[in-house]
Parts: sequence; C-alpha cells; structure tokens
Amino acid sequence: MMKAIITVVGQDQVGIVAKVANQLAELKINIVDMSQTLMDHNFTMMLSGEWDDQQLSFADAQGALGRLENETGLTIRIQRQAVFDAIQKL
Amino acid sequence: MESQSILETIQMVAEENLDIRTITMGISLFDCIDSDGATARQKIYDKITTSAKDLVKVADQIQAEYGIPIINKRIAVTPIALVAAASGDDNYVAYALTMEKAARELGVDLIGGFSALVQKGYQSGDRKLIASIPQALAETSRVCSSVNVGSTRAGINLDAVGEMGRIIKQIAADDPVNCMSLVVFANAVDDNPFMAGAFHGVGEADRVINVGISGPGVVKRALEQVRGASIDVVSEQIKKTAFKVTRMGQFVGTIAAQRLHVPFGIVDLSLAPTPNEGDSVAEILEEIGLESVGAPGTTAALALLNDAVKKGGVMACEHVGGLSGAFIPVSEDAEMIRAVSAGRLNIEKLEAMTAVCSVGLDMIAVPGDTSAASISGMIADEAAIGMINNKTTAVRVIPATGKAVGDEVVFGGLFGRAPVMRVNTSQPAAFIERGGHIPAPIHSFKN
Repeated sequence: MMKAIITVVGQDQVGIVAKVANQLAELKINIVDMSQTLMDHNFTMMLSGEWDDQQLSFADAQGALGRLENETGLTIRIQRQAVFDAIQKL
Repeated sequence: MESQSILETIQMVAEENLDIRTITMGISLFDCIDSDGATARQKIYDKITTSAKDLVKVADQIQAEYGIPIINKRIAVTPIALVAAASGDDNYVAYALTMEKAARELGVDLIGGFSALVQKGYQSGDRKLIASIPQALAETSRVCSSVNVGSTRAGINLDAVGEMGRIIKQIAADDPVNCMSLVVFANAVDDNPFMAGAFHGVGEADRVINVGISGPGVVKRALEQVRGASIDVVSEQIKKTAFKVTRMGQFVGTIAAQRLHVPFGIVDLSLAPTPNEGDSVAEILEEIGLESVGAPGTTAALALLNDAVKKGGVMACEHVGGLSGAFIPVSEDAEMIRAVSAGRLNIEKLEAMTAVCSVGLDMIAVPGDTSAASISGMIADEAAIGMINNKTTAVRVIPATGKAVGDEVVFGGLFGRAPVMRVNTSQPAAFIERGGHIPAPIHSFKN
C-alpha cells in the first residue's frame, strides 16, 4: 500500500476540491484524511491518500496530478508520507 | 494528519532551499591495483561503473517520490596515489582520465580521490600524483583532487606545503577556475561526501553511501522567529532546526543505501551555502546580530552556530561523519561575496573563523601575482590551526592570473564567483624553503 501526502496550493477558485478529488477517484487513490485552509489568500489543501501500488505506480500518480496542475494552474505536490514522519517525529 | 508539520516541511524545501547537497558513493579501489597501469585503469573503470551504475537513477527516484531535491550525485574513490603506486607509470594523468570517463558514463556530477596523503612523508606514488595534478585538472572537468599535508598525529609536511603552493600557481597559470577542484588538507577525513575534498579512506568498507546536507536558509528563517531573544534561545533554535535538516539526510541516505544495496555510512552535518539568495551562512551570522559578516564578534557567532548544528544533528542520525560544521566558502555564499566586495571581510578574519568551523580558506580568489610561497604560507597557517586544534582545515585558493584586487573570478553554478581578495605581500619564502617536517604537537598542556 502506497501512502502519500498531496498538497494543493493556489488562488482560491470554485471547484478546487472537486477537481482534485475527482482525479484521485479516477486513479483509485483513497483519501484517508484531508484539511484545507486559506494562507496568505492562497487556498491550501492537504490530503493523505493511499492506494494499491501494484495497480498504480508512484510515477503514474505523479504524472496524472502533474497534468491536473497544468490544467488548473494550482501547485500540486505529491510526496511519499515517510519523509514527513522521518523529519518531524522522533 | 498534522497539517502544520507537513506545511513546515514543504516550506523548508520550497522556500528555504533545504536540499540534500550530495549523495556520495565511496568505492574502494584497492582490489584494482595492478603492476600494469592500463590493466589497473580498466579494473578501476569497471569497478566504478558497476558499483555506481544505479546511483543517479536512485537519487532521481528519491527526489521525485519524496519531493526532496538532491543536488549532486558524486563518487569518492581510494586515493589514487595509493592505487597507482604499484604500476610503473611515471605520470598519473591517465588515471584522472579514467575517473572522468567513468563519471561521464554514470552521469555523476563530480568524482573525488585524485588524492595523496603525505602528512608524514611521500611514498613513490605521492610524488607522481602531485606532479600530475595540474595536467589532470586541465584535462578533466569532473575530477577532484586533494592532498593531505598535515595532521594532529603526524605534524605538517613542510616540503609538501611548499610544493602545493607551486602546484596551485601552476594550475592557475593555465586556468584559475581549475583551482576549485583541488583542496589542500590537514586532518583530512576518510568519509567526507563534499567536494573537492572527498576521497574513500583507507579504513573504509568496500563501498558506502555518505550524504551531505545543506540548509542555511532553513536556519536563517528559524532564527528570524527569535529576534531579540537571548543567545541561549538562538542556540536552542539552531539545534532544533539542525535536527530536522539532519533527519532528512538520515532518511534519504537510508533509502538510497537500501536501494543501491550498499551500506549507509554517515551524514555530514554541514551547513553548505550556495550562491542563491537566502542560502547563505553569512546571513545566519547577521541574523544572530552582526551588521556584517567580518565584524568583530563573527568568530564567536560562528562558533555558536557550528556547535549548535552539531548538537542538534548528532541525535538525528545514526552515524555522523565527514566534515560536519558550517562551511564558509566565499564564492559560494552571496552575502560573503557582498561583504568581501564592500571591504568588510578580509582573509585574516576568514582565517580566524576557520579555527571554529569547517573547513578552511575555501574558494577564495587572491591576486594573480600572489607568490607560490605566500600560498604555501596560507596552507601552513591553516594546517597549523588544524593540527593544534584537532580539526580538519583546508585551503582552496584561486590565484586569479592576470587579475588584481577589485576583479573577480567566475566559476558558475553552485561554485559562484569570487572577488579577488587582498593578501599580505610580505614574504614567507625563507620559512617555506627550509622544508622538512613540523613535528606533531604535544597533546597535553592545552592552551
């Protein structure tokens, strides 16, 4: 099971959550947790997702979100979760 | 999900230039030694290109999956003076060309280990290697060279100090930029992942992965939050930040080692600046409260920074090694360059700073008419600081042939540009020409 953190930052606009969630649903990425906020007038959303890495490679997930990034003008990052645990937890 | 922690981590990378400066694979070449030079070089090429064949691929994968920039992929090999000595070759330039060819084949940025260890004396390979350095650096672009001329245990080889002054002048006469690929060390370390000084030490395992971190910008930003607080708070803040930065190094190194099936060696806890704005060690010192780096108080602020980075970093990783300290390469630090250009930072102050941090007079351009003896004098001074204080010190100076104070040498990329600095022109020639060996210091009665 692949676990990743997806962060979406950009100008607030109608349908951001829907666009990202739709894309994740298409990729069969399960959203385990999510939060969103406005920071410096920027919409900032964080999603914790997991999926079966036998079905979808990390690179393919990254590629699909990269295309969504280009379409929407949002900044979308996807990073494997382990890095956050390593840096922030003892 | 802890949003704040996630955002902080992303901000460290996206806005504060946190990155892994280098993943360096150390490779022993002892099993490549051969009495026939051509055979030895073929074995060297084969060993490097098979051992590190996935290094670049794995580093790129880690960068993509975890969102951590990995700036350089490098290789460090056993000092070539030891490997080549058994061959009958009179000149070791061909070994440098082999290293270059392997580095290009693999796509690694730099390859270090065109090196000699002469702190106590020369073996036959050492003389040949040192004599080959100017041509080796002229004919390659990725090969890095280092020579260890002193140590706390052995003292300082003054013959080598004199010779390295002449070698540096010789390199500069051809092209000053090539001088950035040569470091003259005292107390050189065996597991340093940073260039130009990386080589794979004699006591190291067959292959190993070492990681060098960066991150001055992260420390600077963290200190902005404690302006006006006591220096104890500054120290604590640096420790906490260094911990996080180092965890990233530990994490990346562990994964890289797993994927490459090579043991993980050490994390080098260094703050390595780049010429990018906001990625400067000098700016940290100024954030601590100096009007400019170079002001009285600089050495004290740097000592605190260096020590706090180590204290924070040591707990964050399994094994610490390499140079581990704040780097002060002039050309690679935008604020250092400004301070030098404005006359607020001089070589003498830099020398004092090297007594409390890693690693030495680094990436400093000096006037083209600086004599070989003056350069040897600088090397001797740095080696003495290292020898007496049980620390690594080094000299990487660039005689700017045809240029004078006020001009600059441009290296490009990570290596930046160096304003030519004034050097005291009174000559140490008679001292250097004495040659011989400065005895090892006494290890008691410390003062």
